[in-house]
Amino acid sequence: MGLLRELYYILLGFLQGLGACWLFLFRILRYTPAALLRWRIIWQQIYSVGAMSLVLIMVSGFFVGMVMGLQGYNTLSKFAATSALGTLVALSLLRELAPVVTALLFAGRAGTALTSEIGLMRATEQIAGMEMMAVDPVRRVVVPRFLAGVVSVPLLTMIFSAVGILGGFVIGVSFMGVDSGAFWSQMRVNVDVWDDVVGGFIKSIVFGGACSLLAVYEGYYSHPTAEGVSRATTRTVVNSALAVLVLDYLLTAFMIHGV
Amino acid sequence: MRQTRSIEISTGLFIILGFCALFFLATQTTNIKAYGDTGGYEVTATFTNVGGLKVRAPVTMAGVDVGRVTAIRLDSRNFNAVVTMRIGSKFNEIPDDSTAAILTSGLLGEQYIGLSPGGAETYLKNGSKIQFTQPAIILENLIGQFLFNKASSGGKP
Amino acid sequence: MASAERDDNNAVEITGLRYRVGEKAIFDRLNISIQRGKVTAIMGPSGTGKTTLLRIMTGQVLADRGRVLVEGKNMARLTGDELYELRKQMGFLFQNGALFTDSTVYENVAFPLREHTRLPESLIRHIVLMKLQAVGLRGAADLMPGELSGGMARRVALARAIAMDPKIIFYDEPFAGLDPISMGVIVRLIRRLNDSLGLTSIIVSHDVDEVSTVSDQSYLISNGKVVAYGTPRELEQNKSAWVRQFMKGLADGPVPFHYPAPDYAAQLLGEERN
Repeated sequence: MGLLRELYYILLGFLQGLGACWLFLFRILRYTPAALLRWRIIWQQIYSVGAMSLVLIMVSGFFVGMVMGLQGYNTLSKFAATSALGTLVALSLLRELAPVVTALLFAGRAGTALTSEIGLMRATEQIAGMEMMAVDPVRRVVVPRFLAGVVSVPLLTMIFSAVGILGGFVIGVSFMGVDSGAFWSQMRVNVDVWDDVVGGFIKSIVFGGACSLLAVYEGYYSHPTAEGVSRATTRTVVNSALAVLVLDYLLTAFMIHGV
Repeated sequence: MRQTRSIEISTGLFIILGFCALFFLATQTTNIKAYGDTGGYEVTATFTNVGGLKVRAPVTMAGVDVGRVTAIRLDSRNFNAVVTMRIGSKFNEIPDDSTAAILTSGLLGEQYIGLSPGGAETYLKNGSKIQFTQPAIILENLIGQFLFNKASSGGKP
Repeated sequence: MASAERDDNNAVEITGLRYRVGEKAIFDRLNISIQRGKVTAIMGPSGTGKTTLLRIMTGQVLADRGRVLVEGKNMARLTGDELYELRKQMGFLFQNGALFTDSTVYENVAFPLREHTRLPESLIRHIVLMKLQAVGLRGAADLMPGELSGGMARRVALARAIAMDPKIIFYDEPFAGLDPISMGVIVRLIRRLNDSLGLTSIIVSHDVDEVSTVSDQSYLISNGKVVAYGTPRELEQNKSAWVRQFMKGLADGPVPFHYPAPDYAAQLLGEERN
């Protein structure tokens, strides 16, 4: 019985967190139009969450692409179908790897930074200070950071894909000797703009929203102590990773069974 | 203030880079050219079976890409598949007694439509119907046929 | 508006305030009125809820019962927007300053102006430098908060608190943890700003000496009630043993040195265990 009880409380806690997060999202969305008018703040936040993650994303994308090139070549050569390498690399990157890996890296690099930044602002009473200056911290602090994340993740994902395909190209064509023309032309026949590129783009927008929401939520509601902030940061990474993987399954199922 | 400026400029560069990547992916790695293509003319062909043919599959003639499949639907009267394809406008001298066949590229490859020219003096135009068609070859039917032939020839190889 | 019964000379009026955290009553039928244009101190031992009282007056915390009127507005009835509107007339000095650590001193002071006004940059610059001049830190405009000493950070926070020309300014423990010189500076600033800007100042503190030099009137609160009220001189001459103990800082008195405990000798002998 003790175990069941435990599970019950875990489930209850999960539901409560989900509900609170959802309400927080509505609060954010309500202030979004007002925040958009002050685009410079968002612009500056895109720098710290997006532009600062660029090198990490490009290096990771290139290596993932190279691995795909190696693995794909190895497998496809068994079927004498190495000309399909371009298709394989492009499809796996565009549909799955780029959105998921970018979102996970984003959660680790930028999400944690957002959580600890907002958490420390609360711990040092900067949030309360804003409230006392009649400035709503959700509007001034949370919304710009959230929007910056939502904008940055899809762009990072696209960069990840593009660099990854180049990585696959370098390995496949330059090292393994796949025909360059076949690499690109096969890819062009089999990759669909809507299903694959736009589908991946939509995924990345959803992931960006989820990761940013969790990051600002954990930061905003973190316990205003050093330990509280560090716990919140950990939760950001763990919850973001889980959310991305679950959402990825749901979106994939939705996209494959088609609208 | 100078620091703010350089931050804002870097952000701009980042966003431009992101959109360049999107543009590269959309135009260089995909079949986007098959979309915007509203030129040319449309013809239809009726097949008893289209197999795994998909919308946007290529239409070729002697291996050269001449068009795309734009729609596949079922004729509810005779239960045949009606395939609509768009042929590029520069291929306007295809004899109207040409044959359309559903072929497969390679063992695992995708299916496409291959046109083989007839000898007529009149050409396919918008709304034409290709009379002569060859359905997709279904592997199961082929094997079934092979076994049936074997049986009728007395079980001897 | 309940203006019929309220005294226009009072910036803040608290009647019958009750507030409890869990089972513990922090305030029990507390009455306080704070005169406009004066420096009023609220003193009391640590843990009497002085900071909570400030939070109630500024609407960060709602009272369980009783009426809290600030500038004639009933805090319990305000909507979120009305509260923010009222807060534009308030300055609040946090104990640690609560400066934005990522922005320069200049940007910190400019923050409320940028948020609430659409003034041109040249005018904002004017105001910011004027406020910094008032606290004597115009030269520190380009420093980051991390580069400031505790006393300087508090002065910058003060400049930020008066940036919007508030009517009331709240000081939460403004003297805590400062060296004597910084303390003297803050004392002088509180007095000077109050008189030159026509503010109402409310100080929460337990530093008896400093408060006595700066305040016009003081409330002494303990156990959720007002124990004594008056000018510093009146409090000094108060006959109550408790007030004397607090004002003079005696270790023992009505507030015992020892936290309630079983008999020492008995406990040492182990008789009171379990």
